[in-house]
Amino acid sequence: MSTHRIFARPARYAAIAPYLWMVLFFLVPFGFVLKISLSQTAIAQPPYVPVFDFSEGWSAINAAFAQLSFDNFRLLISDSLYISSYLRSVVVAVTSTLILLLIGYPIAYGMARLPQRWQPIAMMLVIVPFWTSFLIRIYAWINILQHDGLLNKILLALHLVSSPVVWLSTDTAMYLGIVYSYLPFMILPLYATLSKMDPSLLEAASDLGSSPRQAFWLLTFPLSLPGVGAGALLCFIPIIGEFVIPDLLAGSGSMMIGQTLWLEFFTNKDWPVAAAAAVALLVLLVPPLLLYDRLQRRTLEGGR
Amino acid sequence: MSGQSPEIDTAKINTAVAQATAPANDTPLLRVESVSKKFGDFRAVDRLSLDINAGEFFALLGPSGCGKTTLLRMLAGFETPDEGRILLGGRDIAPVLPHERPVNMMFQNYALFPHLSVRDNIAFGLKRAGMARAAIDTRVGEMVALVKLDGLEKRRPDQLSGGQKQRVALARSLARRPKVLLLDEPLAALDKKLRESTQLELMELQRRLGMTFIVVTHDQEEAMTMANRIGVMDAGRLEQVATPRDLYEAPASRWIAQFVGDVNLFDGEVASREHHHLTIATRDGGSIVVAEPRDLVGNTVVSVGIRPEKVKVSRRGPASDAGTSQAINRLEGVVTDVSYLGGSTVYKLKLDSGAVVRSSIANTARLDIDTLSAGQRVVAWFTPDDCVVLEK
Repeated sequence: MSTHRIFARPARYAAIAPYLWMVLFFLVPFGFVLKISLSQTAIAQPPYVPVFDFSEGWSAINAAFAQLSFDNFRLLISDSLYISSYLRSVVVAVTSTLILLLIGYPIAYGMARLPQRWQPIAMMLVIVPFWTSFLIRIYAWINILQHDGLLNKILLALHLVSSPVVWLSTDTAMYLGIVYSYLPFMILPLYATLSKMDPSLLEAASDLGSSPRQAFWLLTFPLSLPGVGAGALLCFIPIIGEFVIPDLLAGSGSMMIGQTLWLEFFTNKDWPVAAAAAVALLVLLVPPLLLYDRLQRRTLEGGR
Repeated sequence: MSGQSPEIDTAKINTAVAQATAPANDTPLLRVESVSKKFGDFRAVDRLSLDINAGEFFALLGPSGCGKTTLLRMLAGFETPDEGRILLGGRDIAPVLPHERPVNMMFQNYALFPHLSVRDNIAFGLKRAGMARAAIDTRVGEMVALVKLDGLEKRRPDQLSGGQKQRVALARSLARRPKVLLLDEPLAALDKKLRESTQLELMELQRRLGMTFIVVTHDQEEAMTMANRIGVMDAGRLEQVATPRDLYEAPASRWIAQFVGDVNLFDGEVASREHHHLTIATRDGGSIVVAEPRDLVGNTVVSVGIRPEKVKVSRRGPASDAGTSQAINRLEGVVTDVSYLGGSTVYKLKLDSGAVVRSSIANTARLDIDTLSAGQRVVAWFTPDDCVVLEK
């Protein structure tokens, strides 16, 4: 009830804004996608037979419910194409997130230990790539990695290789692109946690007999876990649905779920199956999100 | 330093010193030898020397920025001296890293590990020392009992009150049984009542453990309550090292007299000298007779300091000087302000010269029939023994 006193009337209504946003731009579109996922393909415009026709009243809706079809979802399970692209998405996302952590943590740690006046500059350097369009940066990588690209030229000039190496259209190129693109999303939350850490905690650890290495593993690392969680999730979730990077840098051998979705929507024009795949992806993403939320709440409440 | 105290009170002061200081020891436990610490061009600690004996409760007192925390951090090993040596038990500890020093520190903000329970916080230093599990459990149990934290072992720091956190920090720093315990403003975060009771507990604890405590504080009352000896620091230097009583009754300088407690100061010049008594011609208080054993040759510009509680105030002043066989200094003026503080009442008098004198009179009786009120003309008086001559 104290909110009545703290916030003026308009401010109280402003609290609705995020919910309104969620309903308008997430829940309603998701409803559309869900609806499409339960319909049947048709050669038409749009290319599916609507399940619900709201113009025919309640009885029609009830009838529709009675004969709802989960055929599209069954197809997802039965066709190995979908299962393998889901699996590949998870593998790529997990691997990338681990690599990102291994690279991002030392960088964030180093940034947090820089002298106070250098930290904003380091922060700028992390963010600077965002000033160039993401797509352009990926195309730049294509340029660097191609047969007669910069990387091969350097390797040849240094006599490290005798003939150009195939970089483009490999998983290596894809991981390179993903790690490069998502690194700031890993560094920033880690830096935020690490820079907030009270330096007197490390002094206390040292005073109580910890070597710097012990102090890192006993204090710095456990206390930075919320940042690790935030960074990992911030990378893992968008990487799972990533389309552009695997499409441009990886080979055509196997697809991630984002590519499969694109294929179903635009090449096969099978909207219902594509919608079902999208819904399944969301369901796949909910458990890690809930887990993170629980962990976050536990750290906020101090383990009560 | 105590040699500078006037002869008059030495009997009393010496008894106090004998009671207060730890048994004399040939080599001090901790010796600081002309240590300096510079931050850029700023000398945080400036060629400072200090001896601390085993079993002492020593307080470093000073205004903020005087270098007392820097000195403490050098003792803990978090800062390295730019010049000088620090000897612990006769051994130079400059090359000894903080985690290898037999010294522990209690931090001002407690620096409790937020992700560990009370028990694990206290056990932290013991585990690093490679103590056996059973021994750790026993020691933690002792510590928990010592600081009266029973039943809270499983709590995490954010589930504790300020006073409980303070106890955990204390237990954690005591658990390794250091030779010297450093306490950085240990009570600053507690409220007044809790601070007072904790002061007494700290003293009791120090006496029981026989450990050497060095406490940094800006609170002079805290320093005076707890410490055997106090080192007063200003601008990176030790201004005076003395027992609480010496510090108050025989301050080494004008600055110390003003920093420790309240004082009335009269600037003047030495006019004459006889039988350990000086007559000082002051600008605002006329001639003041002062008991002073030192021969202040060549230093005639001095200040006379009198603590407010040594200034008596009455309508007429003492009947005669016969009772004390000493000349009594009298100042006449008008009461301008009366502040009743419970235990005492502070009177502000405006002398005829325009100077203000403060007098603090203990309220020894519940009913006071002879109160002075503003506007009354009164006599303020004090004996030569009550005055201190300050040179700087």
